[in-house]
Amino acid sequence: MTLFEAIILTIITASTPLLIAAIGELVVERAGVLNLGVEGMMVVGAAAGIAAAISTGSSGFGVLVAVLAGMALSLVFAALVLGLAANQVAAGLALALLGLGLSGVIGAPFVGVQRAGIGKIEVPLVSEILVIGPVLFHQDPFVYASIALVIAVWWFLRKSRAGLVLRAVGENHAAAHALGYPVRRIRLLAILFGGGCAGLAGAYMSLVLTPFWTSGMTAGRGWIALAIVVFASWLPFRAMIGAYLFGALTILQLHAQSAGVPLPSQFLAALPYLITILVLVLIMRERRGGAAGPASLGVPFVPDR
Amino acid sequence: MRLVMERRRETPISLMLISPMIAVALTMISAAIMFALLGKNPVAALQTYFLDPLSDSWGLQEVAVKATPLVLIAVGLAVCYRAKVWNIGAEGQFLFGAMAGGYIAIITHGSTQGPGLLPVMLLAGAVAGACFAVIPALLRTHFGANEILSSLMLVYVAELLLDYLVRGPWRDPAGFNMPNSVVFEAEATLPLLMAGGRINIGTPIMIAVVFGFMLLMGRTLKGFEIRLVGEAPRAARFAGFSETRLIITVFMISGALAGLAGVLEAAGTVKQLQPGISPGYGFTAIIVAFLGRLNPIGCLFAGIFIAITFIGGENAQIMLRMPLDATRVLQGLLLFFVLVCDSMLLYRFRLLRGAAA
Amino acid sequence: MARGMDHAPEKGYTPVMQASPPLLAAEGITRRFGALVANNAVDLKVAPGEIHALLGENGAGKSTLVKIIYGLLRPDAGRLVWRGAPVQVETPRAARALGIGMVFQHFSLFEALTVAENIALALDGAGALEDIADRLAETSCAYGLPLDPRREVWRLSVGERQRVEIMRCLMQDPSLLILDEPTSVLTPQEAEGLFATLARLRADGHSVLYISHKLEEVRRICEAATILRRGQVVAHCDPRAETAASLARMMMGGDVVPIRHDVIEAQGPVRLAVSALSLPPLHAHGIALDRICLQLRAGEVLGIAGVAGNGQDELFAALSGEELAPHDAAIIMDGVAVGRAGINERRRRGAAFVPEERLGHGVAPAMRLTENALLSGHATNGFLCRGLVDRAKLADFVGKVVRAFDVRKGPADPEARALSGGNLQKFVIGREIERKPGLLIVAQPSWGVDAGAAATIRQALMDLARARSAVLVISQDLDELLEISDRLCVMFTGRLSPAMPAAKATRESLGLLMGGAGMAA
Repeated sequence: MTLFEAIILTIITASTPLLIAAIGELVVERAGVLNLGVEGMMVVGAAAGIAAAISTGSSGFGVLVAVLAGMALSLVFAALVLGLAANQVAAGLALALLGLGLSGVIGAPFVGVQRAGIGKIEVPLVSEILVIGPVLFHQDPFVYASIALVIAVWWFLRKSRAGLVLRAVGENHAAAHALGYPVRRIRLLAILFGGGCAGLAGAYMSLVLTPFWTSGMTAGRGWIALAIVVFASWLPFRAMIGAYLFGALTILQLHAQSAGVPLPSQFLAALPYLITILVLVLIMRERRGGAAGPASLGVPFVPDR
Repeated sequence: MRLVMERRRETPISLMLISPMIAVALTMISAAIMFALLGKNPVAALQTYFLDPLSDSWGLQEVAVKATPLVLIAVGLAVCYRAKVWNIGAEGQFLFGAMAGGYIAIITHGSTQGPGLLPVMLLAGAVAGACFAVIPALLRTHFGANEILSSLMLVYVAELLLDYLVRGPWRDPAGFNMPNSVVFEAEATLPLLMAGGRINIGTPIMIAVVFGFMLLMGRTLKGFEIRLVGEAPRAARFAGFSETRLIITVFMISGALAGLAGVLEAAGTVKQLQPGISPGYGFTAIIVAFLGRLNPIGCLFAGIFIAITFIGGENAQIMLRMPLDATRVLQGLLLFFVLVCDSMLLYRFRLLRGAAA
Repeated sequence: MARGMDHAPEKGYTPVMQASPPLLAAEGITRRFGALVANNAVDLKVAPGEIHALLGENGAGKSTLVKIIYGLLRPDAGRLVWRGAPVQVETPRAARALGIGMVFQHFSLFEALTVAENIALALDGAGALEDIADRLAETSCAYGLPLDPRREVWRLSVGERQRVEIMRCLMQDPSLLILDEPTSVLTPQEAEGLFATLARLRADGHSVLYISHKLEEVRRICEAATILRRGQVVAHCDPRAETAASLARMMMGGDVVPIRHDVIEAQGPVRLAVSALSLPPLHAHGIALDRICLQLRAGEVLGIAGVAGNGQDELFAALSGEELAPHDAAIIMDGVAVGRAGINERRRRGAAFVPEERLGHGVAPAMRLTENALLSGHATNGFLCRGLVDRAKLADFVGKVVRAFDVRKGPADPEARALSGGNLQKFVIGREIERKPGLLIVAQPSWGVDAGAAATIRQALMDLARARSAVLVISQDLDELLEISDRLCVMFTGRLSPAMPAAKATRESLGLLMGGAGMAA
C-alpha cells in the first residue's frame, strides 16, 4: 500500500465518526433544537458499546447497545428541553457532562481490555482496482453506513413529506403548531435519531478505530460535529464534505511538518474552525437579514393550547 | 391526557429559595443510589465527597484554589447569560488571558522586574480576554451570527494558538524539549496568603469580584440594563438602552473576567504556560453559572460546591477506588436537577383530559 | 342551536335580487366574552358569485363573526346555514371541507421554504410536491397572481407573500373566500391586482367576504355590504348605491354632538412640531409613514383617531425616538430639533411616553414596580445617587404614583404582571404624569381597562393639559377621543389628516376620514 493510500484510509477512519455524529445533529438542528450534549452521547455510546461487546462477545450486540445508550441519554435531554422547556444550552451541557461521567463509570472495568475490532467488508473483484479499489470497496460497515445515512437524510429532508414538516417545525414552530402539526413529537423523534447517531459514532470509535476503551476517548469529536453542522449550512452532502475536510486536516497536519509545509501544524488544524466562523458570517449575508439556519433553532417551544 | 404548561403569574420567593436546596437534595439521593450500584457504601462515599474536603485546613485550601477560577469565570458568564447573550467561549478567553499575562512574564524573564510586574500581568490578562471575547460579540452585532457557535469555534483557535506558542516561539530552551514555557520568576507569580499554604491572592481577588458584581448587578443602572435586556428587550429599548452596545459590553466583561482567571491560574497555580493549563474551567464555569442561578453570590456558593466535588472526587478515587468520572456524573446530575426545579418555578404543570388540539 | 328571534331592526335595507338561495347565511349569531357581547344576533347573507363587504369600526364584532364562520370560535346562539342546510363548523378544517377559506390579516409563512412547500404544508390532503407545484403554477396564472413555486418565501415582498396565502386558499377550491383587511399591506398596484383576481373569482361563481374599513375600495368592488356597530347589524346595503358619507354615517351612528363644551383655542407655545415625517415600515406587516405634519400646543389635547394598523405604531415609535427620523428637523420639541435624538434625550427635554403595549414594552412583566419606575425615569428623575440606584427614592416615587392614581397593587413591591390591566395602566400613565412632563404622548390609554380606571386615566390626561402641558393621544376608541380632545385628526395608511377642532368634528366626518375618503392623494 502506498503512503497516499494509507493517508486516504486514515482520513476515512478519522472522518467517519464525525460524519455519523454530524448527520444526526443536523437532523436535530433542522427541527429547531440545539443539542450541545452530542459529545456526551457519543462517549456514552462508545463505553456502552464496548462494555456490551466484551461482555457478550458479540460486536453486533455492542453496536446495538451503543445506539440505544445514545438514544437513552438523548431522551433525558428531550425530557428537559421539550417537556420542561428548559434552556437548551444548559441542558445540552448537563447531558455532555453526564455522558462523560457515565461513560467513565461504565467503562472503568474494561479499561485496557483488548478485543478484535470489527473487520472490513471486502467487495470481491472491484476492490482489486488500483488505488480506488481498497478505498471505495474495502471498508468497514460503518463507513458504508455513514454514506447511506447521508443519502437517507438528504432524501428524507428534501423529498419526503415528513422531512418537509420537520423543516417547517425548525423554521417557525408557532406557525407549524397553528397548522396542527405535533411540534414536540416531531422534535422528540429528531432528538432520538440524533442520539442514536451519536451513539453509533461512539461505537465506531471503541469497536473499530481503537478497539479498546479509554476514558474520554471521543476527545472532543462531539463538539467538532456541531461545527460541521454549521459549516455545512445544515445540508447533508455539505456535511459529508465538512466531515472529510475536518478529518483530512486533522490527519494532514500530523504529516505536514515532515512534508516540509512551512505553516505551523496548529494553524492547519485551526483552519476548519476559522472557516466555520466565516461560513456563519457568509450565510447571514446570503439571507440578507434572515436567520442563519433554522429560524427556531434554540428557541424553547411552549404551546399556548 | 396531556401535560399542559402554564406560566406562573408571580414567582413566590419561598420557591426561589427552596428550589436549589431541593436540587442539591435530589442530587445527593441520586448520587447515593449510584454509589450503591457501584458497590460502595453510600454513606461513606457521600462523606468522602462532601464532608472530607471541608474537614481539614489542607482540604479547605484546595477547595479555595479550585473554586477561584471557576467563580471568577462564572460571575462573568452570569452577567452575559442574564442578558440572554450566550458566551460559550470562556475557555478560549481564559487561555488568551493566560497567554497575555504569560507573555509579559516570559519577556521580562531574567531581567529585574519589580513589584509593578504582577499588576501589569493581571491587567494584560483581563484586557486580552476582553479583546478575544469582543470577536463573537461583533460577529453577532454586525452580522447576526449565532454567538454560541462562533464563541465555541474560537475556543479551539485559542487552544491551538497556545499549543503553537509553547511548542514554538515561547518554549523554554532549557526545558528538555517539553512543551512548556519558562517557569515564571518569583516576581511574576502570585504571592501566597500564608507561607506554606496553598491559597494565593487570587482568592481574595475573586471574593472582591463577587461583591463588586453583586453591587453592579443589584444596585447600579448598568446592572439594571443588563437584566432588562435579557428580560424584556422591547422594554429595554423603551428605556433607551442600546442592545448592540450592551452585547459588546457583557461579552467584554465576561471575557475580562475569564482572562483574569487565566492569568491568575498561570501565575499562581501552574507558574508557567503549557497546553493543558486549563482542565476545562471555561466549560465547568458555565455549569457553575447556571447552578448559581446567574447571580454573583450564587456563583460563589455554586463554585465552592463544584470545587468540593472535584476535591472530593480525587479523594474518593484514592480512598474508595471510585472512578474519577463519578464526579462528572454528580455535576451533571446537579445541573439536571437545577434545570428541572427551575422549570417548576416558571411554569405550573397540569394534567388535562382530552387529546391535544 | 335556537334561532335568534329578536334581532335589531335593519336600517336602510336595499333588497338585492337573489335568484338562488344564499351560499352562506348566518342567522342570529350571538357570542359573548365575559361581559362583552361581541356579536348580538347578527344576520348575514352572502349570495353565490357575490363580493360581500363586512364593515364596521374597531371592536364592532367583525373578526368575531368571521372566526365563528371559519370554525375558530363557537357561537353562544344562532346558526350557520350553508347552501340551504344548517351546519356546525367545529374547526377550521371543517370549514375548509365545506368550502370556506380564509386569508388572515397577519399571516405567517415559513421563510426558508419555497412557495410550493409552504402551500403543501397548509393543504389538508397529501400530495406529491411536484404535483402541487404544477397545480400552483397553473392556478396562480389563471387568477392573475403569478408565483414561482420554487422561490423561497424570504425573497418575496409582502404583497407576493399575501399571494401565497391567497393561493393556499384557492387551491382548495373554496366556494367562499374570507379576506381580512387584505389591502392594508399592498401597494396601489398590488391592490389593483387583487381586485382583478376577486373579479375573476366572482366570474367563476365563487363568493368573497371582504372585511375592510376602506370605504372607496368597498364601494368599488363590493355589491353587497353588512355593517356592524357594537356587535349588532345596523344595515345591509349595496355600497355601489351609497356614498362614502352615507356608509360612514351608518358605520359610526349618526351625528352625535361631542360632550366637550369648554374647548378653548389653545394659545400656548408649540410644544411639538412634526413636519414631513416619512418613515419605512417597522416590520413585515407595518405601514410606512407618509409626510406626517402636526403641531401641538401647550394646554391642549390632540387626538389621533384611526383604525388599527394604519401606521400608529410607526408614528409612536418615531415620536418617542425608538425609531429615528430621517432628519433631525422632522420632529421639533420646544423649538429643538430632536428627530435623530434617542428617547432619553427627548425625555430630558420634558417629553414622556406611554406605549400601546403594557407588558413587554411599557413595563418589564417580571420586574417589580420600583424597577419599572426606574425603567422610564432613570435619565430624568434623579433616581441615581453617586452611580448607585437610590431604592428609597424609587419606593417614594412609586408610593406617590400609587396614591395619586389609586393603583391597587396589594402590599409591598409586586412584579408588574401581578397587577390587573386597569391598575397596571394607571401605574404606567401615573409614572409619566408624576414627572409633570411638558409633553405627553400616549397610545391607547384605556384599551382593555375597566370603566373606573378608564375614567381616572382620561381625567388625568385632561388635568395635565389644563396644567399647561401638551398631550397627544393616539386611540382607536372614538368615544374616548371625542371626550377628551380639543382637536382631532385621523390616520389612514400612514398619512395624517389636517387637525380639526373637536367642536366641529362629527362621527360621520371622522368615519369618512378613517375610511380613507377625503384624504389628499
